[in-house]
Amino acid sequence: MKDDEYLDLDFKDIGILPPLSRREFLKLLGGGVVILFSVGDPLILEAQRRRGEALPDDFNAFLRIGEDGRVSCFTGKVELGQGVITSLAQMLADELEVPLDVVDMVMGDTDLCPYDRGTYGSMTTRFFGPPLRAAAAEARAVLIELAAEHLQASPSQLKVKEGVVYHESQRQKKVSYAQLTKGKKIARRLKGEAVLEKPSDFTIVGKPVLHRDAMEKVTGKAKFAGDLREPGMLYARILRPPAHGAKLTSVDTSGAKKVKGTRVIEDDDLIAVLHEDPEQAAEALKQIQAQWMKPVVKVDEKNIFGHLIKVAPEGDVVSEGGNLAKGEEISKVVVEETYLDGYVAHATIETHTALAKVEGDKATIWASTQTPFPLKGDVASVLGLPEKNVRIIPPFVGGGFGGKTRNQQGVEAARLAKLSGKPVQVTWTRAEEFFYDTFRPAAVVKIKAGINGSALVTLWDYGVYFAGSRGSEHFYDIPHHRTMAFGSVWRRTPGSHPFGTGAWRAPANNTNTFARESHINIMAAKAGIDPLEFRLKNLKDKRMIRVLKAAAKKFGWKPAKAPSGRGYGIAGGRDSGTYLAHMAEVEVDKKTGQVKVKRVVCAQDMGLCINPAGAKIQMEGCITMGLGYALKEDIHFKGGEIFDLNFDTYEIPRFSWTPKIETIVIDDREATPQGGGEPAIVCMGAVIAEAIYDAVGARVFQMPMTPERIKAAMP
Amino acid sequence: MSKTIRFKLNGQAKSLTVDRERMLLWVLRTDFGLTGTKFGCGEGCCGACTVLVNNEAVRSCQLPVKDVDGKKVTTIEGLAKNGDLHPLQKAFIKHDALQCGYCTPGMILNAYDLLIKNSRPTLKEIKDGMDENLCRCASYQRIVQAIQDAAREMRGGR
Repeated sequence: MKDDEYLDLDFKDIGILPPLSRREFLKLLGGGVVILFSVGDPLILEAQRRRGEALPDDFNAFLRIGEDGRVSCFTGKVELGQGVITSLAQMLADELEVPLDVVDMVMGDTDLCPYDRGTYGSMTTRFFGPPLRAAAAEARAVLIELAAEHLQASPSQLKVKEGVVYHESQRQKKVSYAQLTKGKKIARRLKGEAVLEKPSDFTIVGKPVLHRDAMEKVTGKAKFAGDLREPGMLYARILRPPAHGAKLTSVDTSGAKKVKGTRVIEDDDLIAVLHEDPEQAAEALKQIQAQWMKPVVKVDEKNIFGHLIKVAPEGDVVSEGGNLAKGEEISKVVVEETYLDGYVAHATIETHTALAKVEGDKATIWASTQTPFPLKGDVASVLGLPEKNVRIIPPFVGGGFGGKTRNQQGVEAARLAKLSGKPVQVTWTRAEEFFYDTFRPAAVVKIKAGINGSALVTLWDYGVYFAGSRGSEHFYDIPHHRTMAFGSVWRRTPGSHPFGTGAWRAPANNTNTFARESHINIMAAKAGIDPLEFRLKNLKDKRMIRVLKAAAKKFGWKPAKAPSGRGYGIAGGRDSGTYLAHMAEVEVDKKTGQVKVKRVVCAQDMGLCINPAGAKIQMEGCITMGLGYALKEDIHFKGGEIFDLNFDTYEIPRFSWTPKIETIVIDDREATPQGGGEPAIVCMGAVIAEAIYDAVGARVFQMPMTPERIKAAMP
Repeated sequence: MSKTIRFKLNGQAKSLTVDRERMLLWVLRTDFGLTGTKFGCGEGCCGACTVLVNNEAVRSCQLPVKDVDGKKVTTIEGLAKNGDLHPLQKAFIKHDALQCGYCTPGMILNAYDLLIKNSRPTLKEIKDGMDENLCRCASYQRIVQAIQDAAREMRGGR
């Protein structure tokens, strides 16, 4: 596993000491059977041990079979719409042999759940799934031991079905989990010795299951952070600068104070108005007179790329092999191109929201967040409270995509609640949401690659600037190659971006896959052969070959040299351990440059697929969302000033854009489960770029591929 | 200027003395505690705040409360009748036509308006009629399928 695959934030501190000691914690738990387990790559934990770093106590997740027979899984992960509330419950229920509906997922509450670094990077199923299954197997083994005692039988004679343990040959001898756990208080640490269910015995895993939270969501009962109310709660609006980096030179809040019922808070850099009516708070904010000094502006969305190249730090080698000079020497055709990608917003429909209540030396914050535990630390340090006095409760979260990993709004709400002595709700306006978004960074990719006379790739010299290294490594069989990454999403280069940037669904990989697969398509065209055939000639990776063939079969791919006029595109990708192949059909209006994506086929190999229904929804979501960055989404700015502040100028995909989408999940039941929330988005740029080229011969090197750029590239 | 506004909210007669210019969205969410109607963009661009006024879908973040005086307002909380989900709600569940669920109330109510006006919409009519409602999780394909399914059920399976 490469660093960037899970280094999304400081992932090295996965599994840090939970806030309670184990003994304190077990006291709180009550009766039943409890299995404690750790989540995290054992190699990382081992490395930490060797470096002498403090190890996690000994668990960071647990499950409990309560005295009522209900099963609860406590995890610091959060449900963001990606469906883990369903897929984790499936894994647990299957392994424990209980019906799905007795499983409760308790997620993200920092007082109830053990520490978790955050929900991002398509890691929940990959990293949390296997230990969860092992813990469930261990719990089953404990329950069978208890049953053996109860039924006076040997464990090997016992079987479980739907939470009832029975004697294999004397079916009337049986006892339920609830009966077994009654009055018991057993806590075990996962030893990982219990035998896991064979994939062929799965009854719930691998079956499509509908969203477990759908009923609440279609009736309006589902509570998001902004839907919560506390007695005496005030709504906040906060004074914001006109540009990132602007300095406040003078402020007059007297106008705001004249709006009846308004409280004005001025605390260092935080100037806010509070009101029991959110519209009056907005009105009061308008009455504040503020003067700002904006920094001198240099970069905008046009010149940012040259700027980035200029300030780029030294590169890191991601991978290399052979000898580039030798590769160039044996190449018959060498193609050198530069690919550009603009800033993209997360634009979740729910804006950053938090409700904070501070009573005495205790604070509770309900926040839309992907990272409740880091928020807890931030709040504790800002309010000067011990961490154990801060509780973060994430209710339903209205979309994340990496945008809700920082928690500015939670800290703002906490500060205002403390300063005012009242519960305070902060809901960012859409303009604030765009302004403070941590955009997917603008990036540049430079590729120099060569082929020999047999259409084999002989040279691959690849450099990515500022996107990050995830997805930068090629998977083709190339003798002389080097992949370099200059600058990263995670380590900020001073003087690079004029505003915040960060993780955006499949960070770095959208940019990298656009560049790599476009370049492969260009070389196929140079070689004069079909781009699928070209790939198959240059691949040895069996998983990649399998997804390409599966997609081709579903799509009905007929070989042709591009541009064929048919508007067909192809791209392959890898993300979060998952393999993908996309094929698309588009129509391009030669006069206007408008693109209509008619059809997208995606084949995905994600190892063992836990919930095929959930996996397909994520794939469809990825494909549709990916149309946005491929064709339209681009932040317009000058220096630290953001010009796109709502959906009128920043266009995201809509119903009318939606192509016919066909998804294939290659279910590999013997493999370990891989990521599903992000992978299928990574190919969308390249597959559409190729389809545009195939339709009209216009090769576009910059995303988004707007009508203007397509027209400019027309032959 | 405050004035007493009378209207039917989810089938019940309500009267409220409020500033007439307040937006319906915030009156619903704060004064009535009906938080199923969501704030998304505040400018009528996204449709998360969609409610029905006299069975017509409107953006409640753009509608002063004075405009519902004497009218009938339905929010997502009022769509199920006597505990029975509306066919659209059932179809959204059946087709898994949601992910984070934040845009879902607005989607359902906008689709309700669409189906009241056109009981047999074509695919294009559904996409056109729903085009101003945004879903960042991009569940569009499934929402279309759910609407088609609900339309069939509302026509009595024909």
